[in-house]
Order: sequence, then C-alpha cells, then structure tokens
Amino acid sequence: MSAPAATIGAVGRTSRIPLPALAATSLVLVTTAIVFVFFVAPTDANQGFSQRIFYFHVSIAITAYACFAGAAWQAFRLLWKRDPLADLKSYVCVHQGVIFGTLVLITGSIWAKISWGRWWLWSSDQLVLFLVLFLFYCAYFMLRFSLDPGPQRANLSAVYALFGVVLIPVSFAAIRLAKDIIHPVVFTLHGPNFGGWILVTYCISQVAMLVLAYTLYRVELAGKQLDGRIRELREVLA
Amino acid sequence: MRYFRDVGALARKDLLLELRARDTLPAMVLFVAAVFVVFHFALPESPSRLETVGLLWVAILFTALLGLGRAFVPEREQRTLDGLVLAPCDRSAIWLAKSLATFAFLAAAEVVALPLYAIFFHRVGGATIAAVVLADIGICAVGTFLGAMAVATRARDLLLPLLFLPLAIPIVVGAVGASVVDSPGRYLGFLALYDALFAVVCWASFEYVVAE
Repeated sequence: MSAPAATIGAVGRTSRIPLPALAATSLVLVTTAIVFVFFVAPTDANQGFSQRIFYFHVSIAITAYACFAGAAWQAFRLLWKRDPLADLKSYVCVHQGVIFGTLVLITGSIWAKISWGRWWLWSSDQLVLFLVLFLFYCAYFMLRFSLDPGPQRANLSAVYALFGVVLIPVSFAAIRLAKDIIHPVVFTLHGPNFGGWILVTYCISQVAMLVLAYTLYRVELAGKQLDGRIRELREVLA
Repeated sequence: MRYFRDVGALARKDLLLELRARDTLPAMVLFVAAVFVVFHFALPESPSRLETVGLLWVAILFTALLGLGRAFVPEREQRTLDGLVLAPCDRSAIWLAKSLATFAFLAAAEVVALPLYAIFFHRVGGATIAAVVLADIGICAVGTFLGAMAVATRARDLLLPLLFLPLAIPIVVGAVGASVVDSPGRYLGFLALYDALFAVVCWASFEYVVAE
C-alpha cells in the first residue's frame, strides 16, 4: 500500500491560488472585456464594427503562443529536472494552445469573410502560421496517443513540444519570405491609433484571455491528476 | 575523433546494408519518376517554370519521406536499435550516421531525378542545385530524427508524414524561393539557417528519443 500512496502524495497541489477564485476572476475579466469591446471601445473609422473582433482575435492569438511557450517550458523542465508532473503539464498546455489556436483560426476566418468576402486568405501571415502550428500540434496528439504511458512517451512528447518553439519563429520567417514569391502584399493593415480606450480595451481582453486560459489549464490539470489518482487507487485495490 | 569514427562506422553499416539488399534506393528513384509522369497529366498543357518547380519540390519531399520511412525499418525488424543504444558511443552519433546515410540515398535519387526533370519539364539552374543540397540536409536531419520517434510508436509509418510535413514547410518555402527568384541568396541563407538550427536541436535532443 505504501508505494502507490507515496506517488499519490507526490501528485499534490501545484499552485496556491484556489481554483474557484481563479474561475470567478476569469468570469469577471471576460465579462468586463466583452463589455469594453462592445460598448466602450470606439468603432473603427475604416473597418467599422467588424474591427472589434480584433480585440479577441489578437489576445487569443497571444494566449495561444503563451500556451505553446508554457508547453515547451514544461517539456524543458521534464528533460532537464525530471519533474514527474511536467509531462502532464506540458500536455495540458499544448491542449489549451490548440483550443485557443483553433479559436484564432475561427475568428480570423470570420474577420476575413467580413473584410474581404472570403473565408480564407493566404496573405494573412498570422492565420497561415496558426494553420501550420495547428497541424504541427495535432501531430503532437497523434504521437502521444500512439505511445504507451511511461517515460518514453514523456520524453518523445517533450522533445516534440520543444521543436514547436523552434518552429514558431522559423515558420513565421518562412511565411514572410513566401509572400514575396507567391504573391505580393496586396493590402496592409492600417492599424488604429493605438491609445486611449482602444489600448485599455485591448489590455483588458488580453489579461482576460490569459487568465481564462490559465483557469482552463488548471481545471484540466486537476481533472487529469484526479484520473491518475483514481487509476492508482484502482490498481491498489485490484 | 572517436565520435566521428563511430559515426563513420554506423553510416557505413547502413550504406553496406543498402548495397546488399537494394530495397530503398530503387524504390525512391522509381517513385520520383512515376511522380513526374503523374505531374505531366495533372498539369495543364506546357506548364510554366513556376508551376513545375513547385511540383519538383513536392516530388523531392515525398521521395525523401519514402526513404525516411525506411530508415529505421532494419533496426526495427532486426531489433538492432537496442544494441545501438547500448553500444559505448554517444547516442547522437546514431542520429548523425543515420542522417548521413539517408542524405546519401536522397542525393543518389536526385542525381537521377533532376536530369529527368530537366528532360521532362524545364532546365535546372545552379540555384536549384544549391537549394537541393541545403534542403536535403534539413530534410535528412529533421526527418531522421522524427523517423526515430515514429518507429517507437504503435502507428509507425503512418505517423512520420504527419510529424514531418509541418516542419518541412519552411524548407519548401526556402527551396521554392531559391529556385524561382533571380537573386536566391536570401532563400539559400534561410535554408542554411534552418539546417543549422534544427541540426543543433536534433543533435542535442536525440538522446531523449532513444533512451528509455
């Protein structure tokens, strides 16, 4: 009985912020962000109402990057320090990153449809980059699910997650380069004067998305840990 | 020095194996020739250089995938990977040797493929050949690494293209760019940067792929 109990003890609390408080904070922040985006931020002179989706699109994109960076960081910790929880954390980070990445593709698509009348534009660097990352991290799941749980799965997943952070800047540079050969830049985004309520709204939605992602990450991590503990207890009882 | 002797011995083993069994290289050459014929029928009448260059790179990438998929098959079938891991040499030597052997196969297939492309479609310039060499380094470095990963999974051969293609997109961008523009320096530089970056990452992390 004692050996599994020791491992259960090792899978303990990972952070001091309680989950309900985190959930309440993210609810308040997301609500505030929605209110600011729709009622406080001024309507863009050129692009009108549809420009408001940018507050979500950009902040979700940065949140997705943060998730992928977190996944790589945990992967690095696993390989370097052999932290037993890092594998699960890295996986949950990638999962959240893919969810937010999908949202980036969806919001980007909606924006493209409204602005240019087409659901997909190869000329938008960020969208293409997220498509590449989406494919890359979906392959991460394929890799992970076709391995048996154990140190080898942890190692291979971690190495692949580390490849991701190398791929992000390289792909971005590649997409920029590809534009010159495949098609010239047809339009440039005339950004609004970034200041005042626009900046405030953006910052609020950015913080809201980051906190939301962190909350979801914690929820999923807690669930996965609970699964692990139940499995261990079952093995003890069997 | 010992490290390079190990790499040489491991690479020689793969080349010798291929020389005796001859099951990868003929398949790659036949495949790339068949792909060119398929392209002829898939493309419009007298296609432009731009179109065919793009397809040349698709053909090279898929031919490479064919070779990469086979790279770790002998180790799997004969269960020699455990022996290699246990051998008293640096683990990254296994990756480097396997990459060199795959590079040799891919280069040999391209020695046939590029003249064939020139006969069938358009002539091949110096920039394209430089791009082929640089792209091959990247393809073999990353592809061998991922091949070692894929062979450890249940899905095996199915997984390699899925893992490899997203990582190969920058190679395609650099290679196609170098083949079509007038001053390809920027694209060749990008390919070289990609090769250096990923070679270092693969070299440093291969240990974790084969270690249990």
